[in-house]
Amino acid sequence: MKQEIGLLVVFLLVFLYDTFMPKKALNATAGFTCGLFAIFTLMGFGALMLDSDVTAFAGMYQTSAIITTIKNILNVGVLIVLVQSCRWANSDFTSVRRGEFYELLLVTLFGIYLMISARHFLLFIIGLEAASLPLAAMVAFDKKHYESHEAAVKYILTAVFSSAVFMMGLSFVYALSGSLYFADIYVALGSQPSVMLVVAIAFVIAGMGFKLSLVPFHLWTADVYQGAPTSVTSYLSVISKGSAAFAFLVIMAQVFGTFYSQVWEWMLYAVIILTITVGNLFAIRQLNMKRFLAFSSISQAGYIMLGVIAMNQTGVASLMYYILVYIFSNLAAFGVIQAIENKTGYVKMDDYNGLYKTNPRLSVTMMLAMFSLAGIPPFAGFFSKFFIFTGAIQQGSVAIYVLVLIALINTIVSLYYYLLVVKAMFINPDECKIPTFASAWTERLGMWVCVAGIILLGIVSCFYNTLLEMSLQSSILASL
Amino acid sequence: MEITMLYYLIPSLVMFCCGVYGFITRRNMIAILISIELMLNAVDLNFVVFNRFLFPGQMEGMFFTLFAIAIAAAETALAIAIIINLFRVAKDVDVKDLSKMKF
Repeated sequence: MKQEIGLLVVFLLVFLYDTFMPKKALNATAGFTCGLFAIFTLMGFGALMLDSDVTAFAGMYQTSAIITTIKNILNVGVLIVLVQSCRWANSDFTSVRRGEFYELLLVTLFGIYLMISARHFLLFIIGLEAASLPLAAMVAFDKKHYESHEAAVKYILTAVFSSAVFMMGLSFVYALSGSLYFADIYVALGSQPSVMLVVAIAFVIAGMGFKLSLVPFHLWTADVYQGAPTSVTSYLSVISKGSAAFAFLVIMAQVFGTFYSQVWEWMLYAVIILTITVGNLFAIRQLNMKRFLAFSSISQAGYIMLGVIAMNQTGVASLMYYILVYIFSNLAAFGVIQAIENKTGYVKMDDYNGLYKTNPRLSVTMMLAMFSLAGIPPFAGFFSKFFIFTGAIQQGSVAIYVLVLIALINTIVSLYYYLLVVKAMFINPDECKIPTFASAWTERLGMWVCVAGIILLGIVSCFYNTLLEMSLQSSILASL
Repeated sequence: MEITMLYYLIPSLVMFCCGVYGFITRRNMIAILISIELMLNAVDLNFVVFNRFLFPGQMEGMFFTLFAIAIAAAETALAIAIIINLFRVAKDVDVKDLSKMKF
């Protein structure tokens, strides 16, 4: 509860600052928000030491050490997004409405918190909508660009459609169990799946699949990522996706845990194979960097789902670790794209040809991000993939071995297109369109933090050990 | 004649399927939005009927419906705002115009 209250305080302060301060002071809105949020993030780690298991709203809301930790991980990601977006928020066109940007972003985060902590479907739906509706407004933020509007329409229509499908599934679950509490539904459903329950689970997976951009439901992803302002894209790709993955795990384990092997293991199995493969194959032919990262994030979502299908403590820990590493690697890549886009407006992969000659530090950052996303050993991405495969294999069935093998083969495919970017920057001989430039210190700070994360998270083993210890003690999978 | 649960569930199912069909086939963005509203209303109807007929002792389904209506209203308001924004740029609300970004 402490974190939600803290976030509300941050939101109200930013809102009051933006509304009542004189015009001159508004130039500091970005710095003010970043500072406040940094303090809040640090206090979140403090709350980890104090917070024991808390329930509120008659058991609708629950928090524990592991839930506080996933919120802290998301906070770190949001902080990096905020710092990286300072320059964009202060640019001439956006500066009039930058207060709105920060307010919408904080409201979204609040919805995400509710979604993660909810133990009742009513609160979950409210959190889900509070997390996805303001995001649509953020996607439409770039008013002068047509693409931004197009992306927003595509996002809002698919988001509403998916939540309608999700709620239809919930109505079937309600008919079968007579309650909306996760724990009560779990007891009331018994152990024999009915046809109605299979339909309900399929609807729930489809609804969450839209949020996670799993493959049969991924069609909005690339367009929205390309059209949205880059700051919003980076937020959408790491924070929104990471939180939805964790919430999905909680629902599948705590509500439908009994029917794991009977019903939804096979649904998820097919979805994971499709997600990883299709994401990879489409990423190969992309020419726009943001679109390229959109398809790469689709296939990364497939890897994250391996932590859900594992359904054991290692799976939970490795899922959280994967989200943490993914935040740093993806935000490093988006940081570079954003710095170049803010300065020159180029986002095509061809524009990056020979970038190493003009901007060596940016291209090294991009290279580290690509290596980490592809999973090349000394960097964090390798360890996150390794742990998530370990978690899946510990589940023990032959089918899962095959699944991990397919995922491994796909890792090799993904190496090809991640290295295409590196090749463009370092090997392609063309004259570089992008002149040598110095990025803003906020962008540099964000990239330094990301690079530190990419290098240290893998080598320093205490991060994963802490997460594993926590998940061994937690009750996220208590129903198993 | 006794009105059983089925008399409510079949219209609700038909509404939901019409909504999905409309979402896929309609070319006007406002019509797509109306189709989605149909789907959401089918969900509301389902919850109310299940609550009334299967679990008359409690109110959880009714409360969920109330919140779902409010959420649907918020979604529609935002979607219409975005569509109006797009209309100002494109002078049309047909989805064939939304084809600048694909594949």
